[in-house]
Amino acid sequence: MSNTLTWVEVGPAANIPQQGARTLQTETDRIAIFRTLDDQIFALLDRCPHKQGPLAQGIVHGHFVTCPLHNMVFSLETGETQGPDDGCAAKVECQVIDGIVRVGLTELQAGLRHAG
Amino acid sequence: MNHVTAALRTAKARLVVIGNGMAGMRTVEEILNRAPDKYDITVFGAEPRVNYNRIMLSPLLSGEKDFDEIVINSPEWYTENNIHLYSGDPVIKIDRDRKVVISKSGTETEYDQLLLATGSDPIIIPVPGHKLDGVVTFRDVDDVDTMLGAAAKGGPAVVIGGGLLGLEAAVGLQSRGMDVTVLHLAGHVMERQLDPSAGYLLAQELERRGITVITEADTAEIVGSEHVTGVRLKDGRMIPADLVVMAVGIRPNGRLAADAGVAVERGIVVDDVMTTSDPAIFAVGECVQHRGQCYGLVAPLFEMAKSLADHMAEIETDGYTGSVTSTKLKVTGVDVFSAGDFSGGGETEEIVFRDAGRGVYKRIVLEDGKIKGAVLYGDTSDGGWYFQLMKDGEDVTELRDTLAFGQAFAAGSSGNPLDAVAALPDDAEICGCNGVCKGSIVAAISEKSLTTLDEVKGHTKASASCGSCSGLVENLLAATLGGDYQAATVKPICTCTDHDHDSVRRLIIAKNLKSMPAVMQELEWKSSDGCHVCRPALNYYLLAAWPGEYVDHGASRFINERVHANIQKDGTYSVIPRMWGGLTNPRELRAIADVADKFEIPTVKVTGGQRIDLLGVKKEDLPAVWADLNAAGMVSGHAYGKSLRTVKSCVGQEWCRFGTQMSMGMAVELEKMTWGSWMPHKFKMAVSGCPRNCAEATIKDFGVVATDGGWDLHVGGNGGIHVRATDLLCKVTSDDEVKEYCGAFIQLYREEARYLERTAPWIERVGLKHVQERVVDDEANRKALFERFMISQKTAQIDPWAERASEGVDAHEFTPLSMVAAE
Ligand SMILES: Cc1cc2nc3c(=O)[nH]c(=O)nc-3n(C[C@H](O)[C@H](O)[C@H](O)COP(=O)(O)OP(=O)(O)OC[C@H]3O[C@@H](n4cnc5c(N)ncnc54)[C@H](O)[C@@H]3O)c2cc1C
Ligand code: SF4
Ligand code: FES
Repeated sequence: MSNTLTWVEVGPAANIPQQGARTLQTETDRIAIFRTLDDQIFALLDRCPHKQGPLAQGIVHGHFVTCPLHNMVFSLETGETQGPDDGCAAKVECQVIDGIVRVGLTELQAGLRHAG
Repeated sequence: MNHVTAALRTAKARLVVIGNGMAGMRTVEEILNRAPDKYDITVFGAEPRVNYNRIMLSPLLSGEKDFDEIVINSPEWYTENNIHLYSGDPVIKIDRDRKVVISKSGTETEYDQLLLATGSDPIIIPVPGHKLDGVVTFRDVDDVDTMLGAAAKGGPAVVIGGGLLGLEAAVGLQSRGMDVTVLHLAGHVMERQLDPSAGYLLAQELERRGITVITEADTAEIVGSEHVTGVRLKDGRMIPADLVVMAVGIRPNGRLAADAGVAVERGIVVDDVMTTSDPAIFAVGECVQHRGQCYGLVAPLFEMAKSLADHMAEIETDGYTGSVTSTKLKVTGVDVFSAGDFSGGGETEEIVFRDAGRGVYKRIVLEDGKIKGAVLYGDTSDGGWYFQLMKDGEDVTELRDTLAFGQAFAAGSSGNPLDAVAALPDDAEICGCNGVCKGSIVAAISEKSLTTLDEVKGHTKASASCGSCSGLVENLLAATLGGDYQAATVKPICTCTDHDHDSVRRLIIAKNLKSMPAVMQELEWKSSDGCHVCRPALNYYLLAAWPGEYVDHGASRFINERVHANIQKDGTYSVIPRMWGGLTNPRELRAIADVADKFEIPTVKVTGGQRIDLLGVKKEDLPAVWADLNAAGMVSGHAYGKSLRTVKSCVGQEWCRFGTQMSMGMAVELEKMTWGSWMPHKFKMAVSGCPRNCAEATIKDFGVVATDGGWDLHVGGNGGIHVRATDLLCKVTSDDEVKEYCGAFIQLYREEARYLERTAPWIERVGLKHVQERVVDDEANRKALFERFMISQKTAQIDPWAERASEGVDAHEFTPLSMVAAE
């Protein structure tokens, strides 16, 4: 399978609340798209590596999100946990062009190529 | 006509410059420096004057400079250098085939090389009324003249746009005697240069000068029949205005170039030697787009001018490779500096320095040991130093600990904060509130053998008021006592601050702090945006301090409180409708059953608090679930909140053969009085109809047990991990007293306990006696507490479900994004 990403638009960055997040359901995953206080956009799979907590529902502070289930803190830039905990949330590529958020999906996620 | 024909003009190459502004003339100066005889130069300027320093329009407006002082090149300069200037005569067409430019007056001028330096146009938002008299932009001397004309009459002015230009215009007009309001769309002023903390300080300073700043202000229309009379916002607010200045941004002016078929995207596209898609045509300044970037400041265009001059003088050059920019606001007495990317986060580290007393804020963002960006407010003297370190990509790891103190400190000190206080002169003021200087503190410490902060407070009054100097006083103690000093252990809220919960609560009131950025700045937070520990606490403290005034900050609440349902382990939610006093009826039960069927809710359970829990609701379904429950008359049970949850009851005198009082009625009344109130932690109540206590009121935060003569009031019970039975607060006789004591107790808890501290640990910490003194013994205080409780309940008792289900509050929470287009 190729590594090229398919870029999909998900609408204006302004539709995501500051210090908050919204989710995007793809063919195979749910993706959490965050907007920070300084208006940067980041995306992670909406699944905490600890016990699958929905990261999109956590508190966003600086470029971090705190998982709503057991308070593990993840960097939005790298997905890595902060502090003593181990684990890494899966990062999803995303970019903002002229105010529109685009997320980079694999073919499978985008539903372009189905198994079989 | 003074047109010189091409034939007379020797064999020099003919250079025509369109635009008599800062970039165009700087380029000409640079060319003359390098190759004075190479070109025969003609300049066209749309403005009827010689070139001047556009940056100085702000001082021109405020009256700090007059026009002569801002002229860059006088008429003589043009003559001496044989430059032919057509001022007040804009070029209207470029004919590339004939290599000719045509001006408005009809002059045709041939060129060998053409330089476009047309600058940019101010953006005008096309709201209704934008063409009325009295609506101006802020770009050239004519605009300033219009503003001065209006200012001479006094009256109100509105500046749309709280960026660099808008604020300079606002301050200028204010100093000319106008009553100025700034309307700004974003959440804080200069949001592209400043972070919210610095923006807060700046807005505060402007307000102090009498300028009104309205953020999140979306202009709907400019009102007036011929001349402007006001501005109306989308939320309906009207702001009167005799003058409206639009300063919302600029757009590169590439019209002429585009019409002539030269490549223009956002600006005129140029390469590293400023050549456009036509090799005979160059462009510099704000009108260009270089490596995808357009600039709106002079530093980059001076660099462009140099590269272009090298190229045109045929000197070997690396070309222009783009610029890192920094900004300063030119308002006398306001020091603001920002450079680079200061957004921070992730791999970056931030150093935040706040000095609330001096109104100083500094934030330096580091990545891989290098400075990536900086925001300075109040003390910008080190701006240039940081900027240089940043541009040079210098490794500052060694300086990290003292970087915030600036260049002078880095050059001459060990970086130890104790050395820093030791170096202060004896007359340096340490405690601003009480005017205590270093000398008297040090003297008191040695003469009276003081060893703790409290003793210093007691003897000198230093840090006895607002407390923001206590860190300095501790350093003084440590520096004076050396190894003998043991710092007091206050437990800070989190790593973002040195303050503990109690001092934050106290300072919010003492310093009249009403917003999150205000608290973070004034209390010298060490992060720019707090964290998941301090933000919810601050949000609660502000809410508790300013009921009805402070606007709740949803993004600082835990998910449960944000969506008004409990998140469960699989990411679904549970929903509990309120059942007053634990009572329900067939109609409600039917509605609950219908909702469970309709939304395929897998589990329905009776809770420990006598309510019905619907478990396994999908987040997207929440608003519809609530709408159905609301339709049956039910409201949110707040079972997810740091708030009043349930009032349990037994069947009481209404049904029970032992009952001595109406416990169900009392439970319903108490719940109707207290629902919706936010608290430091969850709060549970119960009412039993006789001392058999079937409602288990003695393990509740507030428990009421009926006796023959009236009611026993219990407090501080907890059925959690550490089971704690209540303490008896007092006995009362009437139903009204139950309510008054209940409200007063809750209010005392809300005003004094730390966030996430339940009543049980709170009472163990402060002592039952403390609570009794305030709620039982002191009648006046009890009544005052009760009154404050009831006042804040007026704005608190709004059903959050109804707002979200029918009015679409926070709709973004419940609707996922979808893919709109793929490529
Ligand atoms: C009020 C104000 C304050 C500012 N403060 C600062 C500051 O503090 N720091 C900073 O770095 N920058 C500041 N700037 C920005 C700075 O002035 C600009 O970046 C700089 O002037 C751009 O130079 P330029 O030559 O590209 O454009 P300009 O200086 O605007 O020159 C372009 C010229 O071209 C003329 N022109 C346009 N079309 C034609 C045509 N068809 N024919 C003939 N002539 C034409 C225009 O009339 C204009 O005179 C400020 C700007 C303003 C308006
Ligand atoms: S507490 Fe007393 S009144 Fe209430 S149900 Fe029990 S026995 Fe009856
Ligand atoms: S599931 Fe995220 S911290 Fe446990």
